[in-house]
Amino acid sequence: MSAMTSVQRLTLAKGLNQGLRKAMEDDPKVVLMGEDVGKLGGVFRITEGLQKDFGEDRVIDTPLAESGIVGTAVGLALRGYRPVVEIQFDGFIYPAFDQIVSQVAKLHARSLGHLKLPMVIRVPFGGGIGAVEHHSESNEAYFAHTAGLRVVAVSDPADAYWMIQQAIRSDDPVMFYEPKRRYHERAEVELDEAAEAPLPLHRARVTREGTDVTLLAYGPTVKTCLQAAEAAAAEGKSLEVVDLRSLSPLDLDTITTSVKKTGRAVTVHEAATFLGMGAELAALVQRECFHHLEAPVLRVGGYNIPYPPSRFEEEFLPGLDRVLDAVDESLAY
Amino acid sequence: MTATATVRTQEGLSADKLRDAYRMMRTIREFEERLHTEFATGEIPGFVHLYAGEEASATGVCTHLDERDTIASTHRGHGHCIAKGVDVKGMMAEIYGKATGTCHGKGGSMHIADLAKGMLGANGIVGGGPPLICGTALAAKIQGTGGVSVAFFGDGASNQGTTLEAMNLASVWNLPAIFVAENNGYAESTASTWSVAADDIADRASGFGMPGVIVDGFDFFAVHEAAGEAIARARAGGGPTLIEVKFTRYFGHFEGDQQTYRADEVARAREELDCLKRFRARVTETGELSADDLDAIDAEIGQLVEESVVEAKAAPLPTEADLLTDVYINY
Repeated sequence: MSAMTSVQRLTLAKGLNQGLRKAMEDDPKVVLMGEDVGKLGGVFRITEGLQKDFGEDRVIDTPLAESGIVGTAVGLALRGYRPVVEIQFDGFIYPAFDQIVSQVAKLHARSLGHLKLPMVIRVPFGGGIGAVEHHSESNEAYFAHTAGLRVVAVSDPADAYWMIQQAIRSDDPVMFYEPKRRYHERAEVELDEAAEAPLPLHRARVTREGTDVTLLAYGPTVKTCLQAAEAAAAEGKSLEVVDLRSLSPLDLDTITTSVKKTGRAVTVHEAATFLGMGAELAALVQRECFHHLEAPVLRVGGYNIPYPPSRFEEEFLPGLDRVLDAVDESLAY
Repeated sequence: MTATATVRTQEGLSADKLRDAYRMMRTIREFEERLHTEFATGEIPGFVHLYAGEEASATGVCTHLDERDTIASTHRGHGHCIAKGVDVKGMMAEIYGKATGTCHGKGGSMHIADLAKGMLGANGIVGGGPPLICGTALAAKIQGTGGVSVAFFGDGASNQGTTLEAMNLASVWNLPAIFVAENNGYAESTASTWSVAADDIADRASGFGMPGVIVDGFDFFAVHEAAGEAIARARAGGGPTLIEVKFTRYFGHFEGDQQTYRADEVARAREELDCLKRFRARVTETGELSADDLDAIDAEIGQLVEESVVEAKAAPLPTEADLLTDVYINY
């Protein structure tokens, strides 16, 4: 295969779909399960066509019972499978919260390292699709707070394709967050590992280089930050955008290297700022970069309210204006 | 024990009550058919799940309820709201996301609640409602009000742990609680014939020590009778009942659903089984109501729903300041 043909233009959704397909081809122990994932191909069509090609034993439709689904995946993982669970919408994960926090996260430690739990829980998350509460939430911090879980968030089609495969290969359980409002965005994806080695799963990426302020983002707000950087550049401000990619563990080296260079940091996520990922980032950055900081670390995020009805989404979601306001505030110190 | 309610008596239903029941079903149908049309224009925000085809369930149950009683609903909740007396114009405005809505535009289709009417709320979480009625039923029992609580839930929710926990609690505490499993055949795209391990959801009742009944959900009189028995028993201290209501939803899981998972069973249901048609045929045949009676109700409801849409469209949106209100009682 030539290098030319190994590059495809994919949506983020298709990147996930092809990544799942590749993982299933590579390892017969990979199984998918969830509500409407088989015949229908998932409500977001991430698993489309996979049951047809891999059969009902590997793409398993489930009744509507999130706690039972995750528990079943634990059992499968303990018997050598690599289950990938789809939670249909972010806000539907809570019935499974007990299984995830009390079983998934703890079995390795509880068994003194004898048991491993190679499973992935996929969570379409965030707002911006005109939905309502339960369908637009950003609950990643609950899980990042839980020791024993790895938590990652993808932001573009190439990461979608590679990170889902890396997550499936992980011997630890991975919470895999997918920005549903970016599902249909396209980009070129290098599908050949030999042509371009993908970044390791838990490494952050400097998506845009800059010198004045570092924007720390993940998932859906990476694009928001890239747009903000573009707008700021027109005003002569140079913003660096770091896509965290991994929320637990955090790639502190990449983060602090950037902030030490710029001296300023703004965190951006859809989840409420109160006790969100930005709070941890601010604490770590001020500790590690204290002598380099020109301004306090600022946080941009959702308000501390239940996700609002869709008429309010634009006011709720951190957009360009709020990011640029924070940048100006940081630069004003 | 599971029993199939086959007796079709109308005892206790005066002409006025029959008119009320028909008006309730017609209101739900008109409301939902109109939303189906209006949603396609793109003016309605959020997700909308329609109850058309299922009117006999909400109506057959709620015609037995009064202000002492509470209901918990589902994501497909408009019919339950209307049947429990929530204001139709307020609901329409709510679905349009307007400040004049039942929840000031902050709930939307999936979260209409009106505690003044005993309507605990539609619910975006499948299986979210059943545990709530254990609380309201326990309160009614402790206070001796004679009130009952009803949880409407779907075949999908019948497989959620929350629903099963609630049925067990209701039986353990002998609560005045009624569990109405509305089996419309599909949880989104998943067929209940596959996802429900028992032959019928009602079979599960015996596992929780309560009576289980199956009724034809297209037949108002069947639902009314089964619900009447269960509610009377609950009011008298006889404990909970599980009623499985079987029918077909006329529209997709949500507006916009391609429905690739089901063959067209809706046309036959609309033609041959429809609850409104059957109600009309029956009461005009027995002479209890005339076609003119029913036509007048149709016209009255057509007008009401038309006004509700016009007023909802004209109503003001909430303001940006409303975004941050109502999270806590005090800040």
